[in-house]
Amino acid sequence: MFSEELKNYDWEETTARIQAKTADDVRRALARRRCDLDDFMALVSPAAAPFLEQMARLSRLYTEERFGRTVSMFVPLYITNSCTNSCVYCGFHVANKMKRTILTEEEIVNEYKAIKRLAPFENLLLVTGENPAKAGVPYIARALDLAKPYFSNLKIEVMPLATEDYASLRRHGMNGVICFQETYNRANYKTYHPRGMKSDFEWRVNGFDRMGQAGVHSIGMGVLIGLEPSWRTDITMMALHLRYLQRHYWRTRYSVNFPRMRPSENGGFQPNCVMTDRELAQVTFAMRIFDHDVDISYSTREPADFRDHMATLGVTTMSAGSKTEPGGYYTYPQALEQFHVSDERSAREVEAALRRVGREPVWKDWDAVFDRAVAQAAV
Amino acid sequence: MKVKVNQQEVETAATSLSELLQSLGLPAKGVAVAADGRLVPRAEWDRFGLAEGQTLVVVKAACGG
Amino acid sequence: MEKLVIAGREFSSRLFLGTGKFSSNEQMSAAIEASGTEMVTVAMKRVELGDAEDDLLAHVRRPGVQLLPNTSGVRDAEEAVLAASLAREAFGTEWLKLEIHPDPRYLLPDSVETLKATERLVKMGFVVLPYCQADPTLCKRLEEAGAAAVMPLGAPIGTNRGLRTRDFLQIIVEQAGVPVVVDAGIGAPSHAAEAMELGASACLVNTAIAVAGQPVEMARAFRMAVESGRAAYEAGLPVSAASMEAQASSPLTDFLG
Repeated sequence: MFSEELKNYDWEETTARIQAKTADDVRRALARRRCDLDDFMALVSPAAAPFLEQMARLSRLYTEERFGRTVSMFVPLYITNSCTNSCVYCGFHVANKMKRTILTEEEIVNEYKAIKRLAPFENLLLVTGENPAKAGVPYIARALDLAKPYFSNLKIEVMPLATEDYASLRRHGMNGVICFQETYNRANYKTYHPRGMKSDFEWRVNGFDRMGQAGVHSIGMGVLIGLEPSWRTDITMMALHLRYLQRHYWRTRYSVNFPRMRPSENGGFQPNCVMTDRELAQVTFAMRIFDHDVDISYSTREPADFRDHMATLGVTTMSAGSKTEPGGYYTYPQALEQFHVSDERSAREVEAALRRVGREPVWKDWDAVFDRAVAQAAV
Repeated sequence: MKVKVNQQEVETAATSLSELLQSLGLPAKGVAVAADGRLVPRAEWDRFGLAEGQTLVVVKAACGG
Repeated sequence: MEKLVIAGREFSSRLFLGTGKFSSNEQMSAAIEASGTEMVTVAMKRVELGDAEDDLLAHVRRPGVQLLPNTSGVRDAEEAVLAASLAREAFGTEWLKLEIHPDPRYLLPDSVETLKATERLVKMGFVVLPYCQADPTLCKRLEEAGAAAVMPLGAPIGTNRGLRTRDFLQIIVEQAGVPVVVDAGIGAPSHAAEAMELGASACLVNTAIAVAGQPVEMARAFRMAVESGRAAYEAGLPVSAASMEAQASSPLTDFLG
């Protein structure tokens, strides 16, 4: 389990190692055929800031080598905001006085139909809060079943589950799981996630092993930028985690996310740090140079113009036209969202913008037609 | 009785595998024996009884990559 | 140089030596010495009755050298299990170079039987190092079956053709969670250095040393090549010029202001 491996990496010591990286370390990392974790530290360190242009060139080269000039498009659908957790930064915080919604089957299908009217989306990401009693595995399974006629690739972003639950959802057509560790800082994790199931660091961080063991085809990882001021350390830990998972669960595809929190304008949680566009670009290039194959995903949290440029330099997966409130596409267009969307363009507008910068939006890149887990369940 | 050792017919009065190996002048170390396609561990050589027509293979180290 | 660890045993030398095709045991012994190797392969053969042949093991065994019996001559998993059991009994070691090649012309390994045999032998307590095709997926499967290392081939055995499988070896090295030993086809010290530069954990060499004009000198040459290739790998090789295109006139990062 990864929690064991992580114990070999002290947070403070890793932070110090990153800070100690020099321009020479960066030059060495840029000249290496295959970067190790130390090279990655150099590439995300402050010492790499003056090398941004070179990093962009390498990142673009490796991305085009492996992905061509394509961007895979997906759409998120929040099916419930009911949540028993109290993550201090989240709009779905249990103590937030807001109307909680668990979409009914009919409402879910209406959302699917509404999404299909927006653009030819085939990659659907189902998102929930954490409420196993009211919106647990059977509820998610049902939503997956209902999605099959509309979408060919189904992913979920829900609470960490047991291995057998991941396996059972695979039989309902689930192809991928996204789960953000939020932070790898074990000591501070509980400050951000004080109560509820999510307060268990080990359960969350080892969830990725359970996904791998259940044979999940695609695993998405992420750290939330804005929690730890030393976000470079968090991203380094994620790179370590990525290597670990690739070694153990080599049949699986991986994607990474670095969602940025923005300063709150309405008195909500204020992020502990704000990452600039330059810094996010640096991290994105560093990740691509470190791993030529990993999917790098940007959500609509990021501004439109920035997303368009980064789609040509390393980003390979994007959401578009997203609503981050349950039922936001059709049923409850005015409900309270989980986070604020920066890129408010429609999916069609994003598509046109990507074409303008020479990128081909890909709506469908996977069909589970040969998936045995699905086939057996259908028999 | 007659047994086959490494494809050669051998007439022997030996009753156990140890006795047979000794009578053939084979070293006790650095070799291994299979009887009718199964390994006979060294510890069993003393009590491993021979039978008429048995096929024995005795191997030792050889040069190889 | 980092130590190589296989199944918990440390090796200072990353050159493994095969003992076939030497003109005499004395010459082989001197080559082992000169190579600095700590892992030497041996095969098995039927004892000739009444033959008072020199004991090979006496020339091979020495302190710090791990004996690696091979299963050369077997044609399927079933035979490999018997050969492995005999080897363990004869040499008193669980270490095993598993090689199954039913094809007598090129001696190419049978992937299906090799995987089957690995699964069984690991359960029987062997430290299994399978000789295999340079097939990245197969290598992961062997690793999952419990192989202590994988030994993909550089070229057909004995051909001295070098790393014909280079691109696949590269992927195997990238993906492997166990040591990767490049076996077969290494015909010159430069081939061994190349394998080490691309990140292989070790090389197994036999023919190129045994049939050289002066095997002992050649063993020394391979020793240096393996060390030099490994040192280069650890030092970090620069990327090829192709991917380091010159700075273009219109920067990509201007949009960041």
